[in-house]
Amino acid sequence: MTAVDERVEPAPAPPRRPNRLLASLRNGWRQLTSMRTALVLLFLLALAAIPGSLLPQRGVNRENVGEYYAAHPDLAPTLDRLGFFEVYASPWFSAIYLLLFTSLIGCVLPRLAEHVRALRSVPPDAPRNLARLPQHAAPAASDAAPADAAAAIARSLRGFRTRVREHADGSWTVGAEKGYAKETGNLLFHVALLAVLVGVGFGSWYGWHGNRLVVAGADKAFCNTLQQYDESGLGARVQPADLPPFCVQLDTFDATWTEDGQPTSFRADVTVESGGAAEQRSFSVNDPLRLDGASVYLLGNGYAPILRFTDRYGQQLTRVVPFLPTDSLQTAEGVAMFADVNVDPATGRQPADAQWAFEGLYMPTVRSQPPFTSSTYPGERDPAVMLFAYRGDLGLEVGNPASVYQLPRGQIDRGKLKPVGEGRLLRPGEAWQLADGSRIEFAGTRRWITVSVRANPAQSLLLVGSVAGLAGLMLSLAGRRRRVFFRVTPAGPAAAGGPAGVSLIEAGGLPRTDYPGFADEFDRLVAAARAERPE
Amino acid sequence: MMEELSNQLLVVTVLAYLAAMIGHAAEYAFGTRSHVGRAALRPEAELAYAGAPATPPAAPVVSPVAAAAGPAAPRDTTGAAWAGRAAVALYAVGVAAHTGTVVTRGLAAGRLTWGNMYEYILTATLIAAVVWAGVLVRRPALRHLGLYVSLVLVVLIGAAGMVAYTPVGPLVPALDSYWFVIHVAAVMISSGIFLVGVVPATMYLLRTGYDNGKRSFPYTLGRRAPAAALLERLTFRMHAFAFPIWTFGALIAGPIWAEASWGRYWGWDPKEVWAFISWVVYAGYLHARATPSVKRTTAMWIAIAGFVTMLMNLFGVNLFFEGLHSYADAG
Repeated sequence: MTAVDERVEPAPAPPRRPNRLLASLRNGWRQLTSMRTALVLLFLLALAAIPGSLLPQRGVNRENVGEYYAAHPDLAPTLDRLGFFEVYASPWFSAIYLLLFTSLIGCVLPRLAEHVRALRSVPPDAPRNLARLPQHAAPAASDAAPADAAAAIARSLRGFRTRVREHADGSWTVGAEKGYAKETGNLLFHVALLAVLVGVGFGSWYGWHGNRLVVAGADKAFCNTLQQYDESGLGARVQPADLPPFCVQLDTFDATWTEDGQPTSFRADVTVESGGAAEQRSFSVNDPLRLDGASVYLLGNGYAPILRFTDRYGQQLTRVVPFLPTDSLQTAEGVAMFADVNVDPATGRQPADAQWAFEGLYMPTVRSQPPFTSSTYPGERDPAVMLFAYRGDLGLEVGNPASVYQLPRGQIDRGKLKPVGEGRLLRPGEAWQLADGSRIEFAGTRRWITVSVRANPAQSLLLVGSVAGLAGLMLSLAGRRRRVFFRVTPAGPAAAGGPAGVSLIEAGGLPRTDYPGFADEFDRLVAAARAERPE
Repeated sequence: MMEELSNQLLVVTVLAYLAAMIGHAAEYAFGTRSHVGRAALRPEAELAYAGAPATPPAAPVVSPVAAAAGPAAPRDTTGAAWAGRAAVALYAVGVAAHTGTVVTRGLAAGRLTWGNMYEYILTATLIAAVVWAGVLVRRPALRHLGLYVSLVLVVLIGAAGMVAYTPVGPLVPALDSYWFVIHVAAVMISSGIFLVGVVPATMYLLRTGYDNGKRSFPYTLGRRAPAAALLERLTFRMHAFAFPIWTFGALIAGPIWAEASWGRYWGWDPKEVWAFISWVVYAGYLHARATPSVKRTTAMWIAIAGFVTMLMNLFGVNLFFEGLHSYADAG
């Protein structure tokens, strides 16, 4: 799309009966592939990308879109219809970059053909009047015969493509050109951009990902199937059965912090099982677990308190509940619900207000004094959980969709689930005796991590494409196309029957691209050409 | 101890740049016509600069201060010229204090100084300041632009100190990677050059406006600016140099690191969006400049738009948007 520096307009074709449709198509194509259009499209692309940073995007953070809907109920549906929550997949954004790439193809293909022709052709002959070129060296005498001098000049022009020509009037010319790499780089850059676009498309077809939370322990291992992910996305050409089979179990998770609670390192040790073989591996932030056909990335971490509920009939139920951190010091919130408790073993029936739920605040290092509302350090120096009890009907059997991280608010609002007493702070091993004879015990914690499991088979193509593009870009920005010409004419004395082999060397130079240092290079080239001795 | 020293040096830095700015402004305001007249009398000197290759053809420049008057011209001893020379000296003091600020900050933290927004701006502006010092050594004729360079530096560093200041701390694990050095260094170097590149771009617009007979306020500033062709070439050189580094830093090294850290090479995080926008706009500038049918002033406006997108990425994204690049604790 960069302008050709000296574009020679093709000669007008002989008048033919114009086909209006063809003519307008051709015109439209010329318009589309013109530099001006490409610039407008580039500008539009930049402009169209802006809303994606101002408005929440589904691809980036789905929850934020929901919050935006709640905050702007009038505006959000309209914005949604116009694709503003998925800007980079919206028809208008796609239209801009597809037009841009079409324009690019339309510009690059003819230039590619032109460049191949230029690479195969020989440097042109010297123009008649070298003095008209931007650089010129006046004729200077040489004591070599014109033919030898011309050969020596051609030899001195290292790195130039040269062509030595003999003319009928006895003069010789040397035409030389250098700097084809500029256009080569330019074309490489634009072709590489196309490769990157293809790579992005290929990746979105054949890539997939799944995110989930993994609690430590053999009983909480997960396997790479779609059902086991909290959130997942498959490319258009990926079937659930295509996911490579492996299972991952979190053994231990280590984190270190500075004294004021800033994290300094995270490491997860896992057991990976695939094809019947188990293997100990570890991974961390910036160092993902590379498996065959997928990579596992460490995204977040936290604590899962172990809560053991013993009902009034002595039945025990233990839950390991991942609490979600609310601050950087790992103060975390969570909910534990016990629906199938206090079932009378004699009758097999559950009384009306027999179900229990607990809302909790976990603090890995609790304050020494009340209020126990936040953690003071992210490591477990003095762990404690603050529990708030609710008793009644959880409403789960009605089939209401329930979040494992939130109490059923509807049941509380309807008065079916009632808070019981004040909150209670429990340290590991401590229990809280409840009014109906049940008890809840805080038995300790396990660590959990959130992971993203991802595969994108197009990544190597993208890397190769972008590195090639960068190489092309640097060639095209640093390269300089230039031509130099030399004319060697038999000097006066030879023509007048004087000593043979004396000639005059004149030179001219033409920078074909912006090149402020050309005058210096030209002077050097001329000096070197004059100094070169004929063999 | 080192942290306090760094904070004190920051104050010295801002004051020195501010004083340099005042010096340059004094030269602007009180300069006699002689300066302009002399420039008009020796167009060949300007042309030599405009067509200058990597090394100046004239006698080697010893120091920007000594060379400011030019080898051929008699040494200018007016008060305004002294103000200009003092401004350059103060600028040098500013760069020294600025370097000290960054070095002591690095010593205090025990690591490279781009772990948060404050340090990032401090280091990026240092690169910009050093790049400008280099330009000044090679092309003393551009001294007048120092007013705008020091203005940009004072505003950016002042803003960094006031809104983005963060106490020294260790790196968060997400930044603990060698890609941290590669990605951020490349992005910062290119940002620094882009940030300085806006100065000749703006001056080009003022100068061409003045040359075309505009005499209203902003264009009067162009009266003493260097020749338009020189400004144009300088602008292009800076952008052409910074663009591949930006491409590498933001669009290659960034995605490689993002893949290892977040699992995806590109995710339209606000910072990524604005890096992409800047790239597209600067690509537009390079294309516009390479197209003969597009006016040079249009190309310059595109370069300035690129600068605005860089500012947006530097401040706007960190302060207003929530995203994965939120290492800045400014608030």
